[in-house]
Amino acid sequence: MKARNAHPTLQVVESPAQQAPASPEAHVELTGVTRYFTRSDSKELFHALGPIDLTLTKGEFFSVVGPSGCGKSTLLDALAGLSRPSSGTVMFEGQPVTGVPDGVGVVFQEDASFPWLNLRDNISFGLRMAGVDGAEIQRRVDYAMGFMGLNDFAKAYPSQLSGGMRQRVCIARTLVLQPRLILLDEPFGALDQQTRLLMGDELLRLWRETSATVLLITHALDEAAMLSDRVGVMSARPGLFIDIVETGWERSRDSRVVSTPRFGEINARLWEKLRVESLKVMGVH
Amino acid sequence: MRIWEFEVKAESLIRIVVVVGFVVLIELLCRSGIIASSVLIAPSAMFTHGIELLRGGKFDHDIVTSLIEIVAASIVSVLLGFVLGLGIHALPSLRRSIEPLLSSYYAIPTFIFYPIFIVVLGIGSLPIIAIAVMLSVVTMITATLNGLDRIPRALHKSAQVMRLSPWRCALHIKLPATLPYLFTGVKLAVAYAFIGVIASEFILSGSGIGYAIGYAYNNFQNDDMYSLMLFVLVLVTLVNAVLNRIDQRFQSRRQR
Repeated sequence: MKARNAHPTLQVVESPAQQAPASPEAHVELTGVTRYFTRSDSKELFHALGPIDLTLTKGEFFSVVGPSGCGKSTLLDALAGLSRPSSGTVMFEGQPVTGVPDGVGVVFQEDASFPWLNLRDNISFGLRMAGVDGAEIQRRVDYAMGFMGLNDFAKAYPSQLSGGMRQRVCIARTLVLQPRLILLDEPFGALDQQTRLLMGDELLRLWRETSATVLLITHALDEAAMLSDRVGVMSARPGLFIDIVETGWERSRDSRVVSTPRFGEINARLWEKLRVESLKVMGVH
Repeated sequence: MRIWEFEVKAESLIRIVVVVGFVVLIELLCRSGIIASSVLIAPSAMFTHGIELLRGGKFDHDIVTSLIEIVAASIVSVLLGFVLGLGIHALPSLRRSIEPLLSSYYAIPTFIFYPIFIVVLGIGSLPIIAIAVMLSVVTMITATLNGLDRIPRALHKSAQVMRLSPWRCALHIKLPATLPYLFTGVKLAVAYAFIGVIASEFILSGSGIGYAIGYAYNNFQNDDMYSLMLFVLVLVTLVNAVLNRIDQRFQSRRQR
């Protein structure tokens, strides 16, 4: 399917990015979220993130790009309920997030497959832990394995698979749990460029089929530009949204958008903002 | 792959040639009288006399006693080491304070404490098992700590995202993730249990393989002594081979 440019010009929210008050379709809402850490060596307090205000609407694909160490993963941890913000609130489906909420799935950059389980058992693990009945597990796992192209490897162990295949296993493991919010922390960071593009297509397919809200943390501007409805650009630490770019892609998009002029425009816009922040991280002003 | 397989086969062949060559050399030296039979009996004589001893059942009681003590010491040290390892890992401040003690533990000659064990536990199997446990438990503690340290952060986070209770996380994530490292600890603990039990029997016991070897030595029964030594060597080799086989299966899964 050919991707079309739905909007002739980029819609850019100028910095600092401000969000409208929570709308009825707000799926995730962060208000004044900050995170401070205490350095273990000097006991000194340092400001890692925020304050962040962000609203994700239901079914939206939102990506976050930013220089290294700007707090992207810290933001994801707060959203997933893996850590509590120092101040501010995180709401998911109208409820405050105090631990990992039901309906949230996370795919990490690191290989999180269980090396002691074969591929099928890896994918069904979460369902078994949740006490889902056997027939339903089989149905969902069969679907996920077919969807991710893993049918030929059901009995293989992670050590027998490539990095890309293992990441597919982790995505399938998340997919079978039917999350309503999928958080991805640089899931393709360790993969080569071609595999990343193809995995991006699979991710878009998954997003379309599940109607889940997706938040993707990535280093790769092209990945963010290709996959997202909106891309948030974060500043160097403490991480703040300095720009939010609406891409205007149709929901039926795929990796072929990379050959459109608009893709180049979005990339250039993202890099313009990110370049300044990356130079700050490198100590060049 | 073929080159690798060839190298492995060549390595195994060289190893077998070295061991067999050494045994044949000793056999020739003994048979030619260069090594007197009062010093060392020929390996073939050790083997045939050993078969006779096993058939006659002369040392059955000693063998059974030692094996029970070794199994008991192995089980106690593996379980105790695992539980202590879990506890120490859960308390970082305790760990920081005792880690230097654990790392220098094997500098202590454990056997110097045998009089204390006799006074406290009396003569019999108990002090022997206690010394063997003392010798082997720390290796299991270290293996447990090492295994828990090496669980990838992403696995901890995955367990959190799946909202597993601490108990289910321990059983379904931590235990299988640490198993390859724990098994390395089990292998070493069993080896130390063997050393601890056999060596203790020389000084602390009226039965067991160690005692029987010492008794045969004191009474110039070279054939009994060397046959029992050969029996111990064959036994530890077999046990180690089985444990290594299981370990290799664990390690192959661990490789990422």
